[in-house]
Amino acid sequence: MAMPAEEIEALIRAALPDAEVTITDLAGDGDHYAAHVVSPAFRGMTRVAQHKMVYEALGGRMGGELHALQLTTAVPT
Amino acid sequence: MTDVNNRISEIVNSNDVVLFMKGTPLFPQCGFSSRAIAILDHLGVTYESVDVLQDMDIRQGIKSFSEWPTIPQLYVKGEFVGGSDIMMEMFEAGELQQLVADVKTSGAA
Repeated sequence: MAMPAEEIEALIRAALPDAEVTITDLAGDGDHYAAHVVSPAFRGMTRVAQHKMVYEALGGRMGGELHALQLTTAVPT
Repeated sequence: MTDVNNRISEIVNSNDVVLFMKGTPLFPQCGFSSRAIAILDHLGVTYESVDVLQDMDIRQGIKSFSEWPTIPQLYVKGEFVGGSDIMMEMFEAGELQQLVADVKTSGAA
């Protein structure tokens, strides 16, 4: 079920090329991650819409293969 | 499918604050649900919870209802608010407190 951090980052970057993506492996087990995604594309979007955009980038893995991904999003300042 | 949607609509529209979660507030079965409950308890707000592990139709149905892939899911006054990450972000920004400001507190029941 585990998924390497690089793969998560690559998927997000493929959908949001200008995004700054920081992945933290929370438990060191390749299964519990925190992702912080900063992108100008989020400007004017609600938090739910921002998170949905990242979930879409992960192509249905969220809630399945990727159970434990804490996600925070932001617009660059 | 529409049947499940109707049931979910009924639940979110008849309770000001509803959390769809894994397990119960006393015994959450997942760290994310546990975090969501901790935030709601901290707010001291009255809320209804639905244990999706007890109802497979709702467990799947809630994801298409909100077009959101994960559980927990918080609804306030019929509107989908987000999962535990968004709850935490909103709580830290003071936005969640505002959203539930006029909802009855658990102490006032």
